[in-house]
Amino acid sequence: MQMSSIVKTTADVLFPFILIYGLYIILHGHLTPGGGFQGGAILASGVLLLLLAYRYSESTNIVRQVMMKTLESTGLLLFIIAALSAMVLGAGFFFNWLSPLGSIFGDSVAYGSTVANLNTGGLIPIMNIAVGIEVVGAISVILLALLSGIQEKI
Amino acid sequence: MSHYAALLLAIPLLAAFAMPLFGLIGRRVRNTWAIIAMLATVAAALILVWEVLTQGTIVYAFGAVDQALTIPFDSGGVPIRILFVIDAMSAFMILTAAIMMSAATLYSISSESEQTGQDGYYALLFLLMAGIFGMVSTGDLFNFFVFLEINSLAGAALAAYRIKGGVAVEGGLKYAFISTVAGLFFLIAVGMLYGQYNSLNIAYIASVIDFTGLSLVAVVLMIVSLAMKSGSVPMHFWTPDTYSSAPSSITSLLIVSSMASLYAIFRIAFSLFGLTMNVVTVGWVIIILGILSMFIGVSMALPQKDVKRLMAYHSVSQIGYMLVGLGVGLAVLGDSQMMSQFGVVAMEGGIFHIINYALYKGLLFLIAGAVIYRCGTANLNDLGGLGHSMKWTMGFFIIAALAIAGIPPFNGFASKLMIYESVFIFNPFIAVIAMVVSIMTLASFVKVFHSIFMGPKLPQYEAVKEVPMPMLIGMGLLAVLIILFGLFPDLVVKTLVEPAALALIDRSGYIASVMGGI
Repeated sequence: MQMSSIVKTTADVLFPFILIYGLYIILHGHLTPGGGFQGGAILASGVLLLLLAYRYSESTNIVRQVMMKTLESTGLLLFIIAALSAMVLGAGFFFNWLSPLGSIFGDSVAYGSTVANLNTGGLIPIMNIAVGIEVVGAISVILLALLSGIQEKI
Repeated sequence: MSHYAALLLAIPLLAAFAMPLFGLIGRRVRNTWAIIAMLATVAAALILVWEVLTQGTIVYAFGAVDQALTIPFDSGGVPIRILFVIDAMSAFMILTAAIMMSAATLYSISSESEQTGQDGYYALLFLLMAGIFGMVSTGDLFNFFVFLEINSLAGAALAAYRIKGGVAVEGGLKYAFISTVAGLFFLIAVGMLYGQYNSLNIAYIASVIDFTGLSLVAVVLMIVSLAMKSGSVPMHFWTPDTYSSAPSSITSLLIVSSMASLYAIFRIAFSLFGLTMNVVTVGWVIIILGILSMFIGVSMALPQKDVKRLMAYHSVSQIGYMLVGLGVGLAVLGDSQMMSQFGVVAMEGGIFHIINYALYKGLLFLIAGAVIYRCGTANLNDLGGLGHSMKWTMGFFIIAALAIAGIPPFNGFASKLMIYESVFIFNPFIAVIAMVVSIMTLASFVKVFHSIFMGPKLPQYEAVKEVPMPMLIGMGLLAVLIILFGLFPDLVVKTLVEPAALALIDRSGYIASVMGGI
């Protein structure tokens, strides 16, 4: 069954906004409520919107299962490599070596009540991003597996 | 400062996460990656065990610059980081898990070669191992719960890996259900302790514990949930379904994960609560669980016709031996004279039985898997005459069956004798029951041997050959270790088992390793 063009157009218009919102939640995970898992789930809900608005066979041309599996593994690998990178430098597993370094995500946090600074947190935002990538991949794989079982009636 | 404690966790996780990507390239690359990762994990485990045995307890603080610094100077004397505390008992469990992991991975390279979805299989296998290694080395109660869940979810997914008419799914679902209930019980108990002592660190809680009524509820919940997870009577009903429907290599790892739960019972009983609770009562409860497991397990095993269900009931029965051995040690923990007279020996017997049981039970399940791999059935009434064509498998079966029945030159005898001798002084009736159970085990395995391997060659199994080389290597590794442990039990007990038993008894030493001497 085809969805009407109203549904398709709305999904097309909404999709970029959902992506932006999900990325916002992931990137600000160390400052505001939310984080990698929540943002990744929001991103995956954008994927779900596309999957529902278009036919399964049409949408799988864009959202392929191999791509999502690769995203899942890449996110997890990024996470574990971020944790292992501290060990290369001689500190313990998971040590946050990036935090006071002054480079990427490396500002030291100002004392007292100030405006939140995105460029803090060290490895924590990187791990949030890794978890976000992993979750969007994993939830999309689950959604694709669920949708592949639906019988289409035309 | 060595990083092997963290590598023990990091290598399996890295291997599991990269497995689907290597699977995209090709199956040869993926299998090579699985073997390399397995060898690296086992190497890290062996070096870690060596370090613990030579240098004493190793403490590893995650996320710290200095991993040995358990209590940061600005924390107010409380360990706040996630700690791995690896004493001789943990090292013993790590060694057991590493041996079984190497055998099971080698075995699965050929036994699963015809199946689809192997990327997920190996990824989950490494996650299962990461869970087991974490469970036996962590020094933090909540962290233990996390590893318990990793282990349970990976185990449930793997138990349902081979879908055949819904049977495997039932086994996997039962395992998932039991694990979730056990995990929730454990989590509630952890919450009760956290509410009272404001910490999750085992050593810290042990140092400030004041045994209240709420702590008693926590003890009960913890022991019940972990006994459920290790499959002792009366919570054993999941074992036959799960063990028989899972692939055989996975069954041998599920056994290790049940051993890890058993380890946690004793870690909690000896190191966390120790003499603050009524050790005689708790010890007797564990002994009674053990006796029930021994007897009910073996009597349920006798009438079974499916070879893997039969072995699953035997694993319930064997868990009873460890519960009895360590339960006797717990019951006399407060009496130093009885402890030195027989308590330590009973504990050593129970601990030694853990590794022996993992070796021979794992080997038996791998053999059952080999028979199913070649003949396609697990029904004892249909099998027969395989001794003509599968000579190596038959040899390994004889070794494993004699070991489980406790016949002298094999390892089962060594640990069972230690349990009989010491438990006889404690209470003769328990020792008599243990011996009767051992005889029933022998009877049951004579039946299995006769119906699988003896008799004339059957026409339907004319084309059956020996299993491929990687499976034989996996089984041979375990068989060689069974013989070595049986021939030199003194050496093993002196180097591995005795330090483990003393580490369990030494509660103040465990606390001091984290809190820095009080």
